[in-house]
Amino acid sequence: MAMTRSENERVGSLRLVNIKRISRQGAFSVTEARIRNMWKFFWVIAFEALANPMLYLVSVGIGIGALVDQNLGSQGIGGVPYLTFIAPALLATTAIGGAMDEVVFPSLDGFKWQKTYFAMNSTPLSPRQIATGVFLAAIVRTIFAVTCYWLLLYLFGALDSPRAWLAIPVAILAGAGFGALMLGFVSFVDNEDLFLTVINRLVIMPMFLFSGTFYPLSTMPLFLQPIGWISPLWHATELGRFLTYDYELATPLLFVHVGVMFALIVGGLAWAFKNFERRLAK
Amino acid sequence: MSSLPSNLESNLESNLGSDPSQLPKGTPLIRAKGLIKRYGAFEAVSGIDFEVRKGESFGFLGPNGAGKSSTMRIIAATSQRTGGEITILGKDPDLHGPEIRAHLGVVPQTDNLDTQITVEENLYIYGRYFGLSRTFIRKKIEELLEFAQLEEKRDTKVEALSGGMKRRLTIARSLVSEPEILMLDEPTTGLDPQARHILWDRLFRLKELGVTLLITTHYMDEAEQLCDRLIVMDKGKIMAEASPQELIRIYSTKEVLEVRFGSERNQALSDQLTTLCERIEVLPDRILMYGEDGEGILEQVYKKGLHPMTSLVRRSSLEDVFLRLTGRSLVD
Repeated sequence: MAMTRSENERVGSLRLVNIKRISRQGAFSVTEARIRNMWKFFWVIAFEALANPMLYLVSVGIGIGALVDQNLGSQGIGGVPYLTFIAPALLATTAIGGAMDEVVFPSLDGFKWQKTYFAMNSTPLSPRQIATGVFLAAIVRTIFAVTCYWLLLYLFGALDSPRAWLAIPVAILAGAGFGALMLGFVSFVDNEDLFLTVINRLVIMPMFLFSGTFYPLSTMPLFLQPIGWISPLWHATELGRFLTYDYELATPLLFVHVGVMFALIVGGLAWAFKNFERRLAK
Repeated sequence: MSSLPSNLESNLESNLGSDPSQLPKGTPLIRAKGLIKRYGAFEAVSGIDFEVRKGESFGFLGPNGAGKSSTMRIIAATSQRTGGEITILGKDPDLHGPEIRAHLGVVPQTDNLDTQITVEENLYIYGRYFGLSRTFIRKKIEELLEFAQLEEKRDTKVEALSGGMKRRLTIARSLVSEPEILMLDEPTTGLDPQARHILWDRLFRLKELGVTLLITTHYMDEAEQLCDRLIVMDKGKIMAEASPQELIRIYSTKEVLEVRFGSERNQALSDQLTTLCERIEVLPDRILMYGEDGEGILEQVYKKGLHPMTSLVRRSSLEDVFLRLTGRSLVD
C-alpha cells in the first residue's frame, strides 16, 4: 500500500478543473457517457430500430399494400404505391420510438433506479446540461435508427422518389420533438409504473394508429381527426409525404408542421429543464 | 509538480478569483451561520453555525434524521438552504453551484454508479464531467484502480461487482478530479473490517496531502480515528462541537465500569450503586458506572457485598458521549 507516485504529484482541482470550459461543453460529456452506455446495448438498439418497423413494413406495407394497390390502383392514396405512402410514416415512427427509449429509460435510471443523474449533478454539471446531454444522445440514437431503417426501406423498393432522402431529416425532427416532450414528461412524473403504462397504452399506440400512418387522416370521421392534429407523428408524416413525393400540402400547413415540431423541441426542453432543476435540488 | 503547463495556472486564477496563491492550511473553507433547511413544515436543519478549515477532517455525528445529510447536501451545492448564510471556498452555493462543485469530491450514502458500463468507464466519464482531458484521466485511472484495488475488475460491468467493490469504486470516483474537499456520507457502511481499515488509511493519506475531509458516520470508532473535530447533531441542532478527545473529557469520564447483575436485579441495585460513581446509567441488560477509576469503583462494589455476574472496565469512548447527548431511544 505504498503511496503511488501520482498521489505525491497531486495537482489539485483548483488547477485541474477549467470551469469555463465545463460551462460551455459540459452537456457533451453527458452525451458521451450515454453513447458509451448505448454501445453496450448496440444489438438491442439495432434490433429495435429495425425489427418492429420491419414487421409493419412486411405485414402492412406489403400485405395490405397489395390489396390497396389491387383494388384502388393508386387512387386512394394520392397516386403512389402504398409502400411509398407509408414509408415516411414508418420512418417517423422509428425515430419517435428510438428517441423516446433514449430519454425515458436513462431518466428513470437517473432519477430513481440508480440515481445516476444525482452523481452527475454532484460534479460541476448543471441540471440543464444533464438534460441537454441526454437529449443530444437521444438525437444520436434517432439518427442511427432512422438511417438504418431508411436503407431497409430503400432495399424494399419503398423509396422510388429521387427526393426520398428528405424523409430522413423530417423523421429526425419528429424524434427530436417527441423526445424533448417525453424528457419533460418523464422528469415531471414521480411514479414510473404509471408513466410507462399510461404512455404506452394511451399515447403511443393511439398515436401510431390514428395519425394517418396507414391511411390518410381525412378518411377518419372528423371527431377522431384531432388525435392526428396533436400528434407529432402526423405532422412529421405529412411533411415527409410532401417532401418525398408529390403529395399536396398547402403552404400554411407546411409552416404549421415544421412549427409544431420546433415548438415541441423548445417547449419540451424548457419543461425538462425546470423539472430537472426541481428534482435534482432535493 | 515541477513544470505545470501554463493553462493549469490560469485555471487556478479563475477558480480562486483575484488571489491565485494556494490556500494555506487553516484557511476557513466552509462557513455556515444560522443555516436552516426546511422540507415543507419539517425543519431538518434548525439554524446551525460551523466552520471547516482547510486540511482538517471534520465529522458530522448524529442519529438518523439529525440533519447530517441535509447539511451535507447544502455544502455539496446541490440543495438550496431555506435560511441562514453559508459560503464554500468563499462562494455562495445558491449563486455559484458549478464553481463550488468543481472542487468537491462527493461520496453519497448510496452508490450511484452507472451499473451498465465498466469500472474503468465509470471513472472515465466522471472525469469527463469535470472537463478533464482524456490523457489526464487515462493516467489517473491507473492510480485510482490501484487505490480501490480494482485493477483486475477494470473491464467488468459495475452491476457484477460486490457491494464492497462498488463502495470502493464510488470513493475512487470521487477522487478523479483531485478535489479540495472530499465529502463522505457514511463511507464505510457495508464494508467489511479489512476494507474499512484500508479506507481509513487512504483517507488519512489524503488528509496529509492537504485535502479537507467532511465525514458523516454512525461509527464512533470511525469518527475517533478520522476526525480532528466533529459536531454532534440531533433534531437539526448542534449538541456539541469539539475534538473527539475533548468531547469525551467534557461529556464523559475517563473510564466506564460495566456490570451485570441479571436483568431483574439491575434496576433494584441502582440506588446502592449510584453513590459510588460520578454518573450511572441503568440499561435493561447492564449498568454503566462512569468515573475516573473503573477498577476502584469495582472494588467498592465488592465491598458493598455485591457480586456482579460479569464486570468490564473500559476507557470511555465517543459512543458514550454520543448516547448521552442524543439519547438511547431508537430513531428512524
